[in-house]
Amino acid sequence: MRGSTDELDSIQLTELISLVKNLYGFDFMHYSKASLKRRIMRIMQLKKYDFWELKHALINNTAFFQEFLEEITVNVTEMFRDPSFYRALKTQVMPYLATFQRIKIWSAGCSSGEEPYSLAILMQELGYKNKSFIYATDINTEVLQHAKKGIYSLRNIKGYAENYNQVGLPGTLTDHFTIMYDAATVHSELKKNTLFSVHNLISDGAFNEFQMICCRNVFIYFESELQERVLDVFYNSLCNLGFLCLGSKETIRSDYYKKRLKVVNSRENIYQKVG
Amino acid sequence: MDAILRRLNKAEVIFIGGSAGSFSPVFNIVRSLPHDFKQTLVIIIHRGKNNFSDIENLFGNNCRISVSEITDKDKIAAGKVYIAPANYHTLIEKNKTFALDVSEPVWFSKPSIDVTFDSAARTYGAKCAAILFSGANQDGAEGLLKLRGSGALTIVQSPDDAEITTMPQAAIDINAGEFVLKANQILNLMTGNSQT
Repeated sequence: MRGSTDELDSIQLTELISLVKNLYGFDFMHYSKASLKRRIMRIMQLKKYDFWELKHALINNTAFFQEFLEEITVNVTEMFRDPSFYRALKTQVMPYLATFQRIKIWSAGCSSGEEPYSLAILMQELGYKNKSFIYATDINTEVLQHAKKGIYSLRNIKGYAENYNQVGLPGTLTDHFTIMYDAATVHSELKKNTLFSVHNLISDGAFNEFQMICCRNVFIYFESELQERVLDVFYNSLCNLGFLCLGSKETIRSDYYKKRLKVVNSRENIYQKVG
Repeated sequence: MDAILRRLNKAEVIFIGGSAGSFSPVFNIVRSLPHDFKQTLVIIIHRGKNNFSDIENLFGNNCRISVSEITDKDKIAAGKVYIAPANYHTLIEKNKTFALDVSEPVWFSKPSIDVTFDSAARTYGAKCAAILFSGANQDGAEGLLKLRGSGALTIVQSPDDAEITTMPQAAIDINAGEFVLKANQILNLMTGNSQT
């Protein structure tokens, strides 16, 4: 069976994409093909499915689709991923944000919640807890359930604490968790100002006005034209002088948006809406 | 060596993978490349996730050609050296652009050499070459085997010449390297010299 899962050709990939779109309404047509192919082949390998078995499972097993969705929308993340990014937020963005009456933040593609909770911790430690609110969205319902619970394995927390320590915040990461056995649960204080909900960047539009949007390491999975469509949603969701943060290896290539989003920090990919 | 050199020169892209002990042989190659280097070099070296751009600066300040860390969707251009960023996997799209990915580490590594080699086998196949240097785990071996299977020229640093033998040995064990050479022989090839 292993040989048959070895290669998935482009025609088969397109067929799967159409199937998923027709059955479940999720459109992966403009996803990065290299990554999508690798993810699907990984599922086939884990499940020991060949192409036909995979199709069969997608058609007949709704529960399998959830698993499939979770696999192909990469959900690997960290708290305070790229500490230098959070340092830049602290020094270059917060002084601006502090001047707004309310700081509404959208964490788009929040996965299991590590990023929105990192932002909530940052806000709290810098003294903006009472005027900030974080909307965290993801395409994936299952992952959002995990995010809402805010329970992380202690082993992961150790790595997150190393990131945190490089940011230069006044506290310690574990101040924000209740630790029991091998799990750490986010304090309810942090959850109070955080709302998790389903939002599909590909099909859903703007839903509020934000002072800052973080969408890091999501664009890497989108082809250029889809990136631009989503960028449009972000642009329309930002207040004037609001900030957009992308992943450090992502970039805005469209001239139209380059004019309207000023680079605040090129290494960390932080932009400010100016036009 | 003449035959290897001819094939190496025909490769559109040369992929280099390495881990512990690979820095200096790779550095020697990059700083020896002429300013009119016609091919593309893509380097995947394991490194810690939070040490930013040290390698790029070090390479960039000592080289005659453009060295840059990969940004998502960069077009793969001739005459350039690209370095895989830490904490991402580097994949290659059919239209010859880079696609980054943050999924699980492979062999505890991100970037994983296997992931890039595997992707290169699919997009470039016989039109590329790959070299695997010293390292302390077996990342890269499977990917190199795929590349060899797709017709690419594959070279492994000779374990007795490598600072840490695990990585090249793993590749040799599964017969992934068509040629096993010392670092200075590889350097000579890369600078267009077939004398050893």
